[in-house]
Amino acid sequence: MKKDEVPQDRGFSDGVREISYAVDENGRYVLVQSQGWEPKTVANDQAWEVIEEDLREQIRLIKSGKRSPLAYHMTRNLMDIGLLSSYADLPRWRVRRHLKPKVFRRLSADLKARYAGIFGITVAQLHEVPETSEITPHE
Amino acid sequence: MNDSTAIEIPFHHRQSAHCETGVLSNLVSHHGLEISEAMVFGIGSGLFFGYFPFVRLNKLPLTAYRIATGGIMSRTTKRLGIRLEWQKFRSPGKAMAALDRMLEAGVPVGCRTGAYWLSYFPPRYRFHFNMHNLVAFGKNNGSYRISDPVFPDPVDCPAEDLAKARFAKGSMAPKGRMYHVAHVPGADEMDLAGAVRKGIKEVCRSMLRVPGPFIGAKGIRYLAKKVENWPAKLGDRRAALHLGQIIRMQEEIGTGGGGFRFIYAAFLQEAAPILALPVLSELSDRMTEIGDRWRDFAVIGSRICKARASESESYSALAEILRDCADREAALFADLEDAVR
Repeated sequence: MKKDEVPQDRGFSDGVREISYAVDENGRYVLVQSQGWEPKTVANDQAWEVIEEDLREQIRLIKSGKRSPLAYHMTRNLMDIGLLSSYADLPRWRVRRHLKPKVFRRLSADLKARYAGIFGITVAQLHEVPETSEITPHE
Repeated sequence: MNDSTAIEIPFHHRQSAHCETGVLSNLVSHHGLEISEAMVFGIGSGLFFGYFPFVRLNKLPLTAYRIATGGIMSRTTKRLGIRLEWQKFRSPGKAMAALDRMLEAGVPVGCRTGAYWLSYFPPRYRFHFNMHNLVAFGKNNGSYRISDPVFPDPVDCPAEDLAKARFAKGSMAPKGRMYHVAHVPGADEMDLAGAVRKGIKEVCRSMLRVPGPFIGAKGIRYLAKKVENWPAKLGDRRAALHLGQIIRMQEEIGTGGGGFRFIYAAFLQEAAPILALPVLSELSDRMTEIGDRWRDFAVIGSRICKARASESESYSALAEILRDCADREAALFADLEDAVR
């Protein structure tokens, strides 16, 4: 890749330019900043679309009473039961139970605070779930 | 020491392509041994290829373009005679206190962290991977001055976020690991040419002769066979997701472009005068072409991902590019191995 070929396409790093290695006019390697590269952005877009679909599905399940809000926050933070149970210092079977609406409602203040702390939100926010329409695909 | 005392060690932040190599290059340079990221990568035998269908990352198979995390740092320091002192901790409190003590003593500290909790990371980069490296070189008002080599300039990270990142959970949890340079060899102590040679030989071996189908040039061919069958075996959507994962491993994780192949070409260029082997410059040019070929793979692959329609022909085209890469890499590493014999 030549210096003047280093792409400056639509990126996904909020303007943070990353380093590419490219060759100058003399064939010598130099470090060049790149704003983004379309193929790279497409791949990242696709990964986020999968996550967003999953989020919408979780919200549907929560709104239809099949799952607790914990499912939304877990998915929103890209965690599965295994990872969340590590963070919560709880066995997996307990975290799985907390995904049931009835069980979640009866959780101790302590446990709710623990979950909220992991996600960096308040306990009040732990109970909140956005509308599916708010999960918009990024441009 | 109270919170309002600011510490800032004069640390030269140089933006790099990749975290592990960038951190080592910057830390070691701080201690008087100037060494580029490319040299760290080459001496550390960073270049690799492996396709591991049974290892899942983001629920998809793992494609690795570099050796296992930490491997570059351990090889480079060993081969150059650099000594790093490592510590890990049971609690964030102890880990942050130990960090503060080092900073107060004027010593910049490398930290292993998860990327997810780093608030300065662009949101779409924030995934749960625990193999990130950064340097802390100051503290100001409950916030740390961080030289994160993949960023253009130093950044500030609130203490709570850094603590969370240092104790991220999940696979390869960092457990608060931190390291600093304890010894840097003098010019007479260091066998730079020897280190370069060792670095090259190991990469040649791993790309040419590791048993089994998953690793090296063989691994690339193995992937080619898989890719060809993905539309039929997985359906369009899952095939596209598998493809996307490869592109991400090739380009998103700070590879400098082309799955670290361009960085390796830069290393070969630097190595040529060190080993007094002009042929390494030609091999560098060939490596650059190979990097370009990997980039072609990403371009066509991303078009398939975007179109999402069944493009069996294009999956075949992708497999052909991979086979071309495999052939070129096999030839290049054979010639490289000959050159440094």
